[in-house]
Amino acid sequence: MARYLLTRAWHSALTLLLSTVVVFLGVRALPGDPALALAGEDRSPEALEAIRHHYGLDQPLPIQFAQYVGRVAQGDFGVSIRTGIPVSSMLTTALPVTVELSLLAILLAAALGVGAGVLAAVRRGRPAEWLANGLALVGLSVPHFWLGLLAILYLSVAAGLFPASGFVPLLQDPAGNLHHIVLPAVILGTGLAAIIMRQTRSAMLEALSSDHVRTAKAKGLRPRAVITRHALRNSLIVVVTIVGLQLGGLISGAVVTEQIFGLPGFGKMTIDAVFQRDYPVIQAVVLLTATAYIVINFLVDLLYSVIDPRIRVTGEPA
Amino acid sequence: MTTVERAAASSAAVGTPVLDVRDLSVSFTTEGGTVSAVDRVNLDLASGEIVGMVGESGCGKSVTAMSIAGLLPDSARVSGSVRLEGTELVGARESVLRRVRGKEIAYIFQEPMTSLNPVLTVGRQIGEVLQVHERMSKRAARARAVELLSLVGIPSAAKRVDNYPHQLSGGMRQRVMIAMAVACGPKVLVADEPTTALDVTVQAGILQVLRDLRDRLGTTILVITHDLGVIADIADRVVVMYAGRVVEQAPVTDLFAHPYHRYTAGLLAASPTPGKHAGTERLQEIPGLVPVLSIQPDACTFADRCPAADARCREAAPPLEAVGTAVTDHLAACWHPCPAPRTQPQETTA
Repeated sequence: MARYLLTRAWHSALTLLLSTVVVFLGVRALPGDPALALAGEDRSPEALEAIRHHYGLDQPLPIQFAQYVGRVAQGDFGVSIRTGIPVSSMLTTALPVTVELSLLAILLAAALGVGAGVLAAVRRGRPAEWLANGLALVGLSVPHFWLGLLAILYLSVAAGLFPASGFVPLLQDPAGNLHHIVLPAVILGTGLAAIIMRQTRSAMLEALSSDHVRTAKAKGLRPRAVITRHALRNSLIVVVTIVGLQLGGLISGAVVTEQIFGLPGFGKMTIDAVFQRDYPVIQAVVLLTATAYIVINFLVDLLYSVIDPRIRVTGEPA
Repeated sequence: MTTVERAAASSAAVGTPVLDVRDLSVSFTTEGGTVSAVDRVNLDLASGEIVGMVGESGCGKSVTAMSIAGLLPDSARVSGSVRLEGTELVGARESVLRRVRGKEIAYIFQEPMTSLNPVLTVGRQIGEVLQVHERMSKRAARARAVELLSLVGIPSAAKRVDNYPHQLSGGMRQRVMIAMAVACGPKVLVADEPTTALDVTVQAGILQVLRDLRDRLGTTILVITHDLGVIADIADRVVVMYAGRVVEQAPVTDLFAHPYHRYTAGLLAASPTPGKHAGTERLQEIPGLVPVLSIQPDACTFADRCPAADARCREAAPPLEAVGTAVTDHLAACWHPCPAPRTQPQETTA
């Protein structure tokens, strides 16, 4: 098990380094000169040269890269070209918003999706299944920016149940924070919930007709124990895989959702940075997203081995 | 007194019937219409008896077995009566059936590979039964699981208890299944093809475990199989099923010595006998397949495959009656039972 973890961690580190290279080069391949964007009215060659020198843009690429990696390793993502604020301090305000939004969306989606999926499988061919299937279809086919606008229109503006936009930090006012973030999280989670529901349902249907579930029934276990301990647990591996795969979609979904609800998160920061060719910010954002992916994949692999003992690949021999 | 009742009475003389199945019929509603799987089956199991139920695939053995503790899917319609020491189980409430399952009537299934939950340790799976029925603590259940594992002959049980099914061999898994089944000391153990998926050498070990359980704990065992070798090895009494009906039933030596029903005779002729088939003689097959019936006809369902069938066989179903002269507990449902003993009373079955 320890060897498996080490191998897996080494692979993750390698992927991380490669993604740093890709991020670094990718940003520089974007059309447009940041110096031009920064210079504003004064576009004299001397001014542009000074700007390039100030931000190290006149150095050869490998040197720029080496300097970049060295700084990133110390938590220094540079200074935003646009605002002059250190990127790291921009991240410390923006990141918690996005992380909270995404985590809440995943939690809600998992609870709703797994619950509805189990219900649909257990109550197969009855109204509960039709309802769950119908809701999943809606969740999958309706784009969440539209759903978000509807929610703002009806729930926030008309009914006044939730604030239409804005954000309060969690530590400052937990209740207000939740009040602000729960609606965006629900909207962001709908698509994921629908996917999780459908996967859970089909995995559960298969599990419920398996031999070991028959054994569990023959033991005289209660239906609840049969469903949770003997069918659901074996179905979770599918759910975990799907959640892992869908996280990319969730991150890009968070960008849109944050825009709609005016949340000062990662998404807003990214869009602003792309429009302004704010290299340091874009690099930091993409790098962090890539890191999040890698870490999540690592966690998914770990979860696999927790859920299914057969996946403890290099575990002690039988 | 009908012959069936007489047979029941005669085996009751051996011991009190633990399980009493009367007129059990099962049909399934499928997309293609109704399928009749079991037709008015009577079966009684005396305490401490090992009864073998034999027949081809699709003849209703497993459905009969599953219906005993109400384990059939919702699409099954069950009628008749299954009494466990007087308690009616057909149509009983789920809560009643749950108390019976695993505690009074336990099951062993064919595929030890898939019948155990791959994500729980075997100790946990055995302990689960004890926690439910004996209200044991997790700790006590685990300790008892270790004892049970050694009871069914698993070496270093204290270590094996924490293994997952994939870490065990097929034979070991089947032993785990047995340990799980006997955990609460059930009155009846239903073993549905317990050795079919196993190597012959492993098979013998599993059958020995079952025999030991009967001898030590007095468990009544119903063994379902298509393997006459298993029947000869372990059963006291044999029930032969064909197309959902019991066609013959007899003590094991009687049946092998003199099968009366043509189907039984066909089954025996299709099994290799040492000496006879080693040389020149070919095994005889029974032509055709078990029919899939939507309704049970008033006729012998074996008639279409039977060499002795005539008009009478197609017009009326033969009743299950006592046959032969000396023994009264040999029953067969055949209008034209085999006339003379097929072979000399067998040494080969011993």
